[in-house]
Amino acid sequence: MTTKKIVLHFPHRLVDQPIVYRLVKDFDLKFNILKAHVTPEEEGLMVLELSGKRENFAKGVEYLGSCGVKIQPLSQDVTRNEKKCTHCGVCVPICPTDALVIEPDTRKVIFYNNKCIACELCVKICPTRAMEVHF
Amino acid sequence: MKTIKEINDKIKKGQVVAVTAEEVIELVAKKGAKKAAEEVDVVTTGTFGPMCSSGAYFNIGHSKPKIKLGGGTCTLNDVPVYAGFAAVDIYLGATALPDDDPRNKVYPGEFKYGGGHVINEIVAGKDIRLSAVAYGTDCYPRKKLETYINIKDINEAVLFNMRNCYQNYNVAVNLSDKAIHTYMGTLKPNLGNANYCSAGQLSPLLKDPYYKTIGIGTKIFLGGGVGFVAWQGTQHNPGVARKENGVPQAPAGTIAVIGDLKQMKPEWLAGTSMLGYGVSLIVGIGVPIPVLSEETIRYAAVPDKEIYTQIVDYSSSYPQGVPGSLGEVNYAQLKSGKITVQGKQVPTGNLSSYSKAREIAEELKSWIKKGDFLLTEPVAKLPGAESGYAFKPLKERPLV
Repeated sequence: MTTKKIVLHFPHRLVDQPIVYRLVKDFDLKFNILKAHVTPEEEGLMVLELSGKRENFAKGVEYLGSCGVKIQPLSQDVTRNEKKCTHCGVCVPICPTDALVIEPDTRKVIFYNNKCIACELCVKICPTRAMEVHF
Repeated sequence: MKTIKEINDKIKKGQVVAVTAEEVIELVAKKGAKKAAEEVDVVTTGTFGPMCSSGAYFNIGHSKPKIKLGGGTCTLNDVPVYAGFAAVDIYLGATALPDDDPRNKVYPGEFKYGGGHVINEIVAGKDIRLSAVAYGTDCYPRKKLETYINIKDINEAVLFNMRNCYQNYNVAVNLSDKAIHTYMGTLKPNLGNANYCSAGQLSPLLKDPYYKTIGIGTKIFLGGGVGFVAWQGTQHNPGVARKENGVPQAPAGTIAVIGDLKQMKPEWLAGTSMLGYGVSLIVGIGVPIPVLSEETIRYAAVPDKEIYTQIVDYSSSYPQGVPGSLGEVNYAQLKSGKITVQGKQVPTGNLSSYSKAREIAEELKSWIKKGDFLLTEPVAKLPGAESGYAFKPLKERPLV
């Protein structure tokens, strides 16, 4: 079994295609939509947690690529600007997945980007705007 | 009993014993207050949180021909400054916003740039765009000025904050069924989170609860440089209820501080954007507490678990000015990450960086140990707990 969080960028021509349906039907993959929207330029963006057998996962990803969907691993998409972060911790209770936690001894905020689902709740509430999105 | 002069002599000789407000807690627990007071000369404190009543004044020097900004308008990077002084003195407030900022018209406003950010950039040595319009006089004929200014060229650049360093602060929660955006951060509905804003056991005025050593004229760490306590801060409210250990159970004392911006550092004066609220400035302050007696060290050694504060609803009682607390918690509970409010477990978040407060206390300690920072005797006391000095609400009167 492979489980990964990925970001899919759909070009305009694919926005009305049932692509995720094909992932289930043809490759027996399970998905959980973490985020989805169509931008004003009508490009689609979807953050998925995708899991299935290793070979099916690879084939599914290959299928997405062949359709023209651009794929990015999620962990690169929300980053922390270390120079701006003051480690206050006001983001900690806002994060729904405990990706931001206070380390009890140093009282510094640790960011586990593998737990981040890119909900972006922390981005606007950070007083120094240290959390940055790179979709 | 020690005097400040004796402590300064030890600092000059490199023999001073300085510890942080965290370290002193353990020391007093281990050795007792009497022994600890004999050994320790100075306790250093620190805090690093948003402090909205901050600002800086500048004298930009005279242009040729001369202009009188007083009575005109002036902006720095499009952020309006107050110019109601003589020709080229201006004051920039931390919460000032560019005229074209949409504020909360699209709620919640993002407030990406304002006074706090400009102050940070000035300290960082960046060129700042100044635009001014004046009415022109015989002695100051010029009516328009557009130029870059830089902190290294202008005459004075002085940080002058009328209220900083709150002695204790509320814990903010939201009892309503929709999210609210406050100066205490975003508060999720139905007690979704509880935000507090204090360095607790490291916070300067909590470690000298009766202002026995901190007073007007006290030399402090301010924004990475040296500053002074100028006065009691606005809304100074020393008469609030206190625990047996003397520590106020609610927001109490405040200080006004002043210092030369030219020797401060941008990492200790950070611009902030509070969603739906506005901009502000995070100020780093550290105050040295001279250990003059066993009593001083006893106060300085009060730990988080013995410092209590009030939980306040920011959806209704705070904005409506209705007094009342949903309960009392201590800073050890707040730092554990969860508190109980109305029977519900609520996750906590701090707006004030404890790790940075610790860095400030350490930095000030190292200045003192190196002999770079001598302590000062206060020239006057801050109004004390029994002074009757109090924070009053506005009495509104109908206009006739």
